[in-house]
Amino acid sequence: MAVSVTAKSVMQRPRHLLGIESLTAEQITFFLDQAKPFQEFQRHPLKKLATLRGKTVALAFFEPSTRTRISFATAAARLGADTMNLQAESSSLKKGESLIDTVWTLEAMRPDGIVIRHSASGAPDFIARRLEIPVMNAGDGTHEHPTQALLDALTIRDRKGRLENLRVTILGDLLHSRVARSNIHLLSRFGAQFTLCGPAMWLPKELECLAPNIRRVAQIEKALEGADVVMVLRVQSERIHEPPISMDDYILRYQLTPARLRYAEPDAIVLHPGPIIRGLEIDPAVADGPQSCILEQVTNGLAVRMALLFHLVSGAPPDAPHPAKETPA
Amino acid sequence: MILVKGGRVMNPASGTDALADVLIDGERIAKIGAGIAAPDAEILNAAGLIVAPGFIDLHCHLREPGQEISETIETGTRAAACGGFTAVCCMPNTQPVNDNAAVTRSIVERAVASSSVRVWPIGAASIGSKGEALAEIAGMQDAGIVAVSDDGRPIATAKLMRQVMEYCDSLGLPVIDHCEDTSLAAGGVMREGPRSIRLGLKGIPAASESICVGRDVELAALTGARLHIAHLSTRASLDHVRAARANGLAVTCEVTPHHFTLIDEDVVYDTNFKMNPPLASRDDREALLEGIADGGVDAIATDHAPHHPASKDVEFDSAPFGITGFDTALALGLSELVHTKHISLMRLVELFTTGPARVLGIERKLAVGAPADITIFSTEAKWTFRAAESASRSRNTPFDGREFRGAPMATIVGGRVVFRRAASANA
Repeated sequence: MAVSVTAKSVMQRPRHLLGIESLTAEQITFFLDQAKPFQEFQRHPLKKLATLRGKTVALAFFEPSTRTRISFATAAARLGADTMNLQAESSSLKKGESLIDTVWTLEAMRPDGIVIRHSASGAPDFIARRLEIPVMNAGDGTHEHPTQALLDALTIRDRKGRLENLRVTILGDLLHSRVARSNIHLLSRFGAQFTLCGPAMWLPKELECLAPNIRRVAQIEKALEGADVVMVLRVQSERIHEPPISMDDYILRYQLTPARLRYAEPDAIVLHPGPIIRGLEIDPAVADGPQSCILEQVTNGLAVRMALLFHLVSGAPPDAPHPAKETPA
Repeated sequence: MILVKGGRVMNPASGTDALADVLIDGERIAKIGAGIAAPDAEILNAAGLIVAPGFIDLHCHLREPGQEISETIETGTRAAACGGFTAVCCMPNTQPVNDNAAVTRSIVERAVASSSVRVWPIGAASIGSKGEALAEIAGMQDAGIVAVSDDGRPIATAKLMRQVMEYCDSLGLPVIDHCEDTSLAAGGVMREGPRSIRLGLKGIPAASESICVGRDVELAALTGARLHIAHLSTRASLDHVRAARANGLAVTCEVTPHHFTLIDEDVVYDTNFKMNPPLASRDDREALLEGIADGGVDAIATDHAPHHPASKDVEFDSAPFGITGFDTALALGLSELVHTKHISLMRLVELFTTGPARVLGIERKLAVGAPADITIFSTEAKWTFRAAESASRSRNTPFDGREFRGAPMATIVGGRVVFRRAASANA
């Protein structure tokens, strides 16, 4: 393949973040690199920048959310932006207003970007085709949760020193997991090999078509063998379309325990998108153990979302000076 | 009098295919032959065009009464005429449901007053299409229904389906079933497969259709009834139909243009790709093409299902199933089946004429004395479909902007020209 090395390649910055599937490895790396200085910034005593001063970010959470909503709100605040909040409990939704009417109402208040979470897969795509402003997907149905995958990748890169060629085991309800889909799209860009494990009804064979090098393994010990990264998915009682298996069965067969984790590589790390249910999908000894990255993931979420908001909402060119490398306002 | 002059007259009933003139006197065909002289007749120049018996659509939704915001008999049949159809069978899922003679009569009367083409209502099998008790089928038959179906709300129990078949067989009516095991399909919005997994959309397994086709075929064997499978979409379903026919059963099936054109891999987050049955797998589409070519499939039917944007232009999960189909059916047949050499032109004409007629137990041919229901089309005219220009009241189609080779040119119903493509139209 003939590649010109004389001309500096210009990366296309995506206008929206609707999913990981449409991103290139270069774009992913760009966001992770841009998140890096924001990680340092979280330790600064004065956590406020003026980068997005005068900008407004609409947070449209049509589905209940605690951590993602707070994370986006905090990321916006630390960049100096104002936010407007729409929450699932709010009245317009209960009055039967359609998604697009609600979103157009928000848009009429002239925000500079909108963060959306919705229970329908494709809802961010649907509104992005109808709005002028950048749309950031904070989780849509069982489709994608791109900022979760970015913050997971940042965590993995920090801990493992690389993203390339990892052996990744994902445990739980793969069928209904947007976190798993986004992570598979992201890590497969860097050559990951995936082992998926969970109850058969949540592990359809079509999952193997999502990316190259995906296999399904029924037994958790076998699934963990040789893993560099273990992702534990939440058992989503509120999003189960299929009859769930008995929780006792789940614990018996699929809970990540210290004994089972020993089948993975000694330096394997454990990720969980939260909220965790101790004693269900994960043994507290693992959740609180040295291999767990659960709280780092939360902090990294802020850094990733600040990088995202900075680049999509400010309209700054990709090579603009990084705001966290300057003195905070 | 109208003289359709110089066209290539194709008559699947007799297998004839020759240049001829067709003279129409009043509502009927007066003469067919070469070089007819009729100095008083209005001349309809069909040189270079195909002159075929009037197309029949076995499956559409005209939405009247009750959902006139999406379509009316007037607008729907105008779109049908533009698509080359001279008769359309409208499904009973109106509001109220067409489950009694009074509703059937009102549809027939509205059609007389406002329709461009013949409207042949299909009556509900059960009261309110609720799948509980038999509807007033004989009463509806006297009022004008041509078949019975609980389309969209498939009869869940084998017991009621058996009763419907036994009763309709005694009345001489075919039973049309939208085959779907709703327990398997519940909550699904597209075909279950790699694409549904990727999009995170809940899948409808292919087996949810074929399980029900299998049940119906067994019941057709039990009762001897005429069974017609609506919008058949999978290989396994077609295998059931073929096996039934090999056993001498009166089982027929139809395929929609969207199912022989598109597959599940085409689905994007655009609700114009949401229909039921959903777009099938590549292999299932191959099976449909085989059936269309070898006679396993009897008819092409549109399942024209107009929906107002307020309900259809929403996020994928929330949208109703269905797309419009009159405008593009013939053009898709020409583009996807004939120009690609899957089937002959005569076979395509058959799928729109004698095929559906056989399902209804009627004849369809161009013959002296027969009603002058005639579809005239071009296999070559180039045009671009613009949904915004459709006569239908709705715009929900995945084919907006598609370029076609071949188009309906004129539609004649009972000796009346109900549609003529303008010479300059969008070519």
